[in-house]
Amino acid sequence: MTTAKIEKLDRLIEATATARDAKTGSLWRQSIRRMRHSPMALTGAIIVGLFVLVAVVGPWVAPYDPTAQTWGREVFLNQNIFPGPRPENWFGLDHLGRDMFSRMIVGARQTLLVGVVATFIGFIAGAFIGGVAAAAGTFGGRWGERVEAVIMRAVDVALAIPMLLLALSVAALLGPSLRTVMIAVGVAQIPIFARLLRGSMLAQAHSDYVLAAIAIGVPKGRIVVSHILPNSLGPVIVQATLVLATAIIEAAALSYLGLGNPDPGSAEWGTMLADAQRFLSGAPQLAIYPAVGIIVTALGFTLLGEAMRESLDPRLRRQE
Amino acid sequence: MLRYTVKRLLQLSVALLGLSLLLFAWFKALPGGPENRLLPENATDRQREALRAALGLDEPVWTQYGEFLGRIVRLDFGSSLSSGRPIATELAERLPATVELSLAAMLIAVGLGIPLGYLAAKRRGTWIDFGTVSGSLLGTCIPIFFLAAMLKVVFAQELGWLPTTFRLTAGADFTEVTGLRVFDGIITGEFDIAWDAVKHLILPAIALSSIPLAVIVRITRASVLDVVGEDYVRTADAKGLKPSTVRGRHVMRNAMLPIATIIGLLLGSLFAGAVLTESVFAFGGIGSFVYQATTERDYPALMGFILVIAVFYVVINLLVDLSYGLLDPRVRVRK
Amino acid sequence: MALGLFTACGSDGDAGGDADTAEDFDFSCPERTDGEPAADTAANESQPFVFGTPGDPTSLDPILASDGETFRVNRQVFDTLLDADCTDTVPGLAESYEQNEEGTEWTFHLREGVTFHDGEVLDGAAVCKNFERWANFKGGYQSPNFTYYYSSVFGGFAENDPAMGIETESIYKGCTADGLDATISLSKYTSSFPGAFTLESLSIISPASIDAVADAAIPTADSPLPEYTQTVGTLAGTGPYKLENWDHSSQEVVLTRNDDYFGEPAKVKTVIFKTISDETARRQALEAGDIHGYDLAAPADAQALIEAGYQVPVRGVFNLLYLAYTQSHSPLDDHAVREALSYAIDRERIVNSVLPAGGMVATQFIPPSLEGYSEDVATYDYDAEKAKQMLADAGAEDLTITFCYPTDVTRPYMPAPKDIFDMISSDLQNAGVTVEAKPITWVDYIPTTRSGECPLYLLGWTGDFADPYNFLGTWFATESTEWGFNNPEVFDSIAAANTEPDEAKRVELWKAANEAVMEELPGLPISSSPPSIAFAPNVYPPDVSPLTREDFSQVYFTTAS
Repeated sequence: MTTAKIEKLDRLIEATATARDAKTGSLWRQSIRRMRHSPMALTGAIIVGLFVLVAVVGPWVAPYDPTAQTWGREVFLNQNIFPGPRPENWFGLDHLGRDMFSRMIVGARQTLLVGVVATFIGFIAGAFIGGVAAAAGTFGGRWGERVEAVIMRAVDVALAIPMLLLALSVAALLGPSLRTVMIAVGVAQIPIFARLLRGSMLAQAHSDYVLAAIAIGVPKGRIVVSHILPNSLGPVIVQATLVLATAIIEAAALSYLGLGNPDPGSAEWGTMLADAQRFLSGAPQLAIYPAVGIIVTALGFTLLGEAMRESLDPRLRRQE
Repeated sequence: MLRYTVKRLLQLSVALLGLSLLLFAWFKALPGGPENRLLPENATDRQREALRAALGLDEPVWTQYGEFLGRIVRLDFGSSLSSGRPIATELAERLPATVELSLAAMLIAVGLGIPLGYLAAKRRGTWIDFGTVSGSLLGTCIPIFFLAAMLKVVFAQELGWLPTTFRLTAGADFTEVTGLRVFDGIITGEFDIAWDAVKHLILPAIALSSIPLAVIVRITRASVLDVVGEDYVRTADAKGLKPSTVRGRHVMRNAMLPIATIIGLLLGSLFAGAVLTESVFAFGGIGSFVYQATTERDYPALMGFILVIAVFYVVINLLVDLSYGLLDPRVRVRK
Repeated sequence: MALGLFTACGSDGDAGGDADTAEDFDFSCPERTDGEPAADTAANESQPFVFGTPGDPTSLDPILASDGETFRVNRQVFDTLLDADCTDTVPGLAESYEQNEEGTEWTFHLREGVTFHDGEVLDGAAVCKNFERWANFKGGYQSPNFTYYYSSVFGGFAENDPAMGIETESIYKGCTADGLDATISLSKYTSSFPGAFTLESLSIISPASIDAVADAAIPTADSPLPEYTQTVGTLAGTGPYKLENWDHSSQEVVLTRNDDYFGEPAKVKTVIFKTISDETARRQALEAGDIHGYDLAAPADAQALIEAGYQVPVRGVFNLLYLAYTQSHSPLDDHAVREALSYAIDRERIVNSVLPAGGMVATQFIPPSLEGYSEDVATYDYDAEKAKQMLADAGAEDLTITFCYPTDVTRPYMPAPKDIFDMISSDLQNAGVTVEAKPITWVDYIPTTRSGECPLYLLGWTGDFADPYNFLGTWFATESTEWGFNNPEVFDSIAAANTEPDEAKRVELWKAANEAVMEELPGLPISSSPPSIAFAPNVYPPDVSPLTREDFSQVYFTTAS
């Protein structure tokens, strides 16, 4: 898997590093133009747009309190009695007599939050590690190079461990909670971002404008902060979109393994899905609603991310 | 070349040592002691303390780390908290099941993925391309434990076409050779056993293949697109070679290189996926073991597993890197 | 719409039925009503009976085990001096026994003509050899990790190994054999006897087996179990089944019939215990015919199975789930507040909606099948208004309280901790209490609750044998941080009952102890509920046992399709 990951990341870096050399217009404008005609990008964008909309307005439009066991005495989970869809509860009741529809809508926000925070954690820590490695390698002399080599080997080792296992280890350490899920999934993304950032920054470092900046004596720290870093962000945005999808799915997997969010009050799709697995034969709807939510959302982010990646990739571009 | 190899090995050992430190720190920082897992809930505090002391949890940290490293080198990961057996034995015993399942999943992924990826590349930009790529992406977006459970509910529980659990019908009388039941059934001539094993493999293998399938579709597509754009393919086309010849000799042969690399390395995601599929089918491989270890907080078992996987990968990666170095002189020059 | 809502509520509520109460349900061991259908003799000989278990057994040597999955296998293969029928102590390998007045000399008269699977003959010497072996365990063998039950019953070993941290002295003094008699001497009586002689851990193995494993070492507390406990062939018991094979990688244990069994021979020739850890997977395997029975069915599954024609015999209850009020946290030290909280909780909803059939609301800290169960304890029936009022009177209207629950387990007494937690906290919130949820992983849960960190927490216990001390003594023998109260009246009443050898007096003392406990109200007993066990329609199931001691030699395939 590592080589595949690395190859993909390297491609992405290469794609954006050539940004400055592009002759016609900015790379981004080109990409967006290309993406407008891609069914993948369109579908992805629509799904993501809808999801974000629901996540933002959800809590205000939900008909009921998603945590109140209003109809608690109508549900008998030991006898498979789950009052189904009916006028006052469009999606029926969950196993504690809470309104499923409200839980789904409110859950969208929690789900998005998990994805975004996890990705952000991965990005920040990854950027730090990748940035340190790249800076050390470029400006740190002989020792710097060694530091860089060791850091990057460690990143490679971490990349080699399946993401779920990394997340699992972290979740085991922190005990189950929503915060844990975010951190665990985020930590699992660190090596990806680290590798991406470092590669991207190195590519920038060897570009003409940085060489020029060095030549005219701009301090090294400033070059890193104000030139290299901002210009390395392109591939990161693409990667972040893809990571968001993974984060949502991994969060569900962690919940399934019992390491997820144990707070039964809060509504979050991954927790809801894992929790409903046990009613799969008696009340499959309890699992299917959140499952469909997760699948569609993850697909939306993946389609969008893949389309972005493709439109940025010069090797695929040139055949058009 | 030798210098490159030595350098990589050195960096690797530093990284591995770092990994072991991290793992140890992780293990030390885990909440709750093993004593709570080992004793019934009405054990007295005195009994708990006694066990803690007896387990050496009161020794200085560095002694414990030394002990830890020594054990890893001897492949002794301690005993599982839930079964009381050596973790190395548990993992070794369950390996064949997971290997068989992974191979079956990989077979499905390759058998479907390469033709689909080729098709998508050939029809790039059409709805066929979009359908294939997003279809394969959909596979990665379904939480694998849910996919497994749904497959089982539909094809085993409701339709009754396939068995719901295990690797063989319970109590089946078979000869064990390699531990790969299908293979064993064929070489010993117990074809009914082999067929039984195949039936038990189908559903979990399909569930497990969803992610590698998507990866293979996309890699095939990308590398076919890459190769199609190369001068030698255009030349071949221009020469007027038969399309099938171009496809077989020029396109696929060159596109296969990255695909083949990927297949070897996808095993990682398969092992992680096995954790989420095997338990659904009570398949009894490493995945089931790790699932149980996770839900029961059997941390030594979990750590043993992570360690084995990590070392496994690091070694495979090193081999791949080195072979690249051998095959592609540019790699050596670059660093 | 509001009206519609009410009717829906009413009718569904009826569908749930009322919780079984002590009056209308024989909770200990319900009579069997299924008769004895005709056996399919051909199938019994040719077809293995496959039983799905939630986990693997750990050890083939019963003394080194403390978990139910191991005992499930061991009790088919080994026998104990005394046996349990329902929760009553009945003859096992011993036809009868006598005790002296002080309860310190126990003489067992063994059955005649009992042979072990390896051909050895059972006599007093064989029994004593077992007891001597246990008492003289050395090194890691003494760790509670391996011999939890032995050290719990007998206090310690002949020579306690300081490294294993056991400091109490052994109350086992010795064993003398005389033909078919074996006399075990103790230095003091506890109410664990004679119940403890039914513990599967104290199963009798053949003298030759003991010699064969004499050299097997467990050097430290974290050593793996010796090899002989993991492979079939070393240990011989007397039970209706012999160990045939244990395939670790397939997670199956195969037993075959012991044709020389002293009791009624087993009906089915081959029994296989096969592990399926996922509860949904167990049910699906049963429905698909891959297995013929399984244990720990989820309550919802049990109901669906019954509707589909499967058999789910209801076990008697022998466990207890409770909500603890840790009194070191103010205002839980106020009796009125504890009482108010107790009134606030609708325990019937929990029993009706979450717990398996046969579950019942608990009124005291022991299940109803035990001696000393009192009908006269103080009860606290659900009354949300009263709860609010009492909280207001006690000056605790704005009470905020931390409530702990375990996240990653199901226990036999608690099939869905999270659901139960959720219902209780919803009830408390309705009474005006603000609940702060504190989920804790199982490994961490016991120490945390023990330390008294949690003001409110859910926990429970399944009895090992019929002895109220096994319940009450575990919790209320002395002052402890997990309960945080000091009420000598409660402690003394339990101690008095525990050391009274005379049965009639003891029963009255236990009743008094239960009443004292419920007066103190250290926590709210929530429920006793049997874990569900399920069987295929064409199987004659064994008598189900509140102690989950099913005897699979009773099982057979019937001619029913």
